[in-house]
Amino acid sequence: MAAVNAAMVLSRPLLIKGEPGTGKTLLAAEIARSLGKPLYEWHIKSTTKAQQGLYEYDAVSRLRDSQLGDPRVKDIRNYIIKGSLWEAFECEVHPVLLIDEIDKADIEFPNDLLRELDRMEFFVYETRETICARHRSVIIITSNNEKELPDAFLRRCFFHYIRFPDEDTMTRIVDVHFPGLKRELLREALTTFFKVRETPGLKKKPTTSELLDWIKLLLAEDIPPEALRSDDSKKLIPPLYGALLKNEQDVHLFEQLLFLNRRNAR
Amino acid sequence: MLVRFFLLLKSAGVPATITELMTLLEALAHGLGEASAERFYHLARTCLVKDERYYDRFDRVFAAHFKGAEDIFAHLSRELPPDWLEKILVRDLTEEEKVQVQALGGWDELMETLKKRLEEQQERHQGGNKWIGTAGTSPFGAYGYNPEGVRVGQNGSRNRSAVKVWDKREFANLDDGVELGTRNMKLALRKLRKFARRGAPTELALPETIDATARSGGWLDIKMVPERHNVVKVLLLLDIGGSMDDHVRTCEELFSAARSEFKHLEHFYFHNCPYEALWRDNRRRFREHVGTVEVMRTYASDYKLIFVGDATMSPYEIVHPGGSVEHWNEEAGRVWLERLTRAYPRFAWINPRPEAHWRQTPSVEIIQDVLAGRMYPLTLSGLDAAIDALSSTGAPLR
Repeated sequence: MAAVNAAMVLSRPLLIKGEPGTGKTLLAAEIARSLGKPLYEWHIKSTTKAQQGLYEYDAVSRLRDSQLGDPRVKDIRNYIIKGSLWEAFECEVHPVLLIDEIDKADIEFPNDLLRELDRMEFFVYETRETICARHRSVIIITSNNEKELPDAFLRRCFFHYIRFPDEDTMTRIVDVHFPGLKRELLREALTTFFKVRETPGLKKKPTTSELLDWIKLLLAEDIPPEALRSDDSKKLIPPLYGALLKNEQDVHLFEQLLFLNRRNAR
Repeated sequence: MLVRFFLLLKSAGVPATITELMTLLEALAHGLGEASAERFYHLARTCLVKDERYYDRFDRVFAAHFKGAEDIFAHLSRELPPDWLEKILVRDLTEEEKVQVQALGGWDELMETLKKRLEEQQERHQGGNKWIGTAGTSPFGAYGYNPEGVRVGQNGSRNRSAVKVWDKREFANLDDGVELGTRNMKLALRKLRKFARRGAPTELALPETIDATARSGGWLDIKMVPERHNVVKVLLLLDIGGSMDDHVRTCEELFSAARSEFKHLEHFYFHNCPYEALWRDNRRRFREHVGTVEVMRTYASDYKLIFVGDATMSPYEIVHPGGSVEHWNEEAGRVWLERLTRAYPRFAWINPRPEAHWRQTPSVEIIQDVLAGRMYPLTLSGLDAAIDALSSTGAPLR
């Protein structure tokens, strides 16, 4: 992919957006695997601070050790816990660093990382030393668009939006995950899947990972392909719909639509 | 060649910067994107576009600029999801486009052109920038954007003070204030956060620890406190429909910013002025009402009340019983406004109309009077002032 190559050659962070479940996170793992490089992951939560990715200073255990007379207390380095960014910077080879779901963090979070990502160095206040990256790492950042990212941050990144795959691509994706899947089952499953996705007004559209889960379930339950073509059976919604539709309003909406379609067809 | 392409992109409203162009050139110098046109396209897009909203515009500029190599780029002109186009069509006009639209000439000239064009045109038309129709940038037509436009045959806006066919639209100055993105709004709303410590103690309380350690004669005695959480509660009442249609976009931005910023956010809709009933879902507004009294009973007075509305209506809708445009109200809107502000002493009214226009509308003055002057424009400084007002119960700070 052009975006990945560009990000690697110019060693800039690559920002990946796309619908949930289109494989944003897996991309980083895949890059690391194909390059044979170590992968460092930093998963962001709403309480994550930028500092935590660099290092944390454990003052409490140092204080405790000083009370107990532990000799380690003399060296402050014993109490600095390295974050994933530091570890990636120290890596001997070009590492791949994944900063997952950056939009989950506080709104100021990306701004706090500007210098670190730009220059690939940071200053450790406690030991008064500057940590420089030995090799500029490939940084993959994923976002679900829950918060808008600041312009200054965007300017430093490359950007790629993962489009939702069309039916052909989807068939190939499913083939990779479930080789030897029965043709009819796959066709019926995909038809149902895209029908569900096209339902207007769904709160959460099912995505690739949900389709894969659903097919896994269908296989586990050994459901015949005919059951998916439930035109004449009494059940309106596809079997094991729980894997595709994730809230009760959506299930309800889908049922209503199918009911209307059925009535119109008569 | 790329500089011209870059400038074209800028004028098409893709927010690319010089740094990004440099990055692209650097990437080209490294030999990326040379082998094929498709590679170059992807590389350029990766470097210059940072939001999928602008992909469509980028595609169009790219296609236009690199014409002559159409056979290579034939695959670029594929269909885009209709909802993207819809967004761009209705409300994504850029500053430049607006200026361009404005440049079509003054009022008199416009009238002349309209006459001519009416003679020329025979059929119905939608989109585009010349013919009379809907959703275009032509100065003539309805539901589109043109600051000096003439509305032809739009009757959807029944609640405007003047329903004329040839009325001059007044939003020429709407957008020259500070441009508010959700990010800016969120930063403004952040001020309203109120932190309280709740739940399991997970953080070190430094002063208490030092104190306790000193008391126990130097032996470390660690004290913990619970983490801080945002506990501010907000009750948002939004005016919807009618004259508010012009402000849908800014209100959506405000709403989505508030949505992600506050955990305790309750919202209801009203039309023009709140009366005895509000509704939560605009699609079911005529079926599923919630009584205003019930709302006041449900949410305690520690909620902060924010009205969002342009307060533009006939004065009767506020001061007289039965003045509502939609139904017969037993009590005047003013009574309900007073009741609400009594129930929630911390309140503010945010008005998306520019402040300079307020004096032209008597209803704004009446509402200002009822709310003790706590009406603020929907700009960054206005939001700041509104949030200051929300933090206090006393007189407004202006």
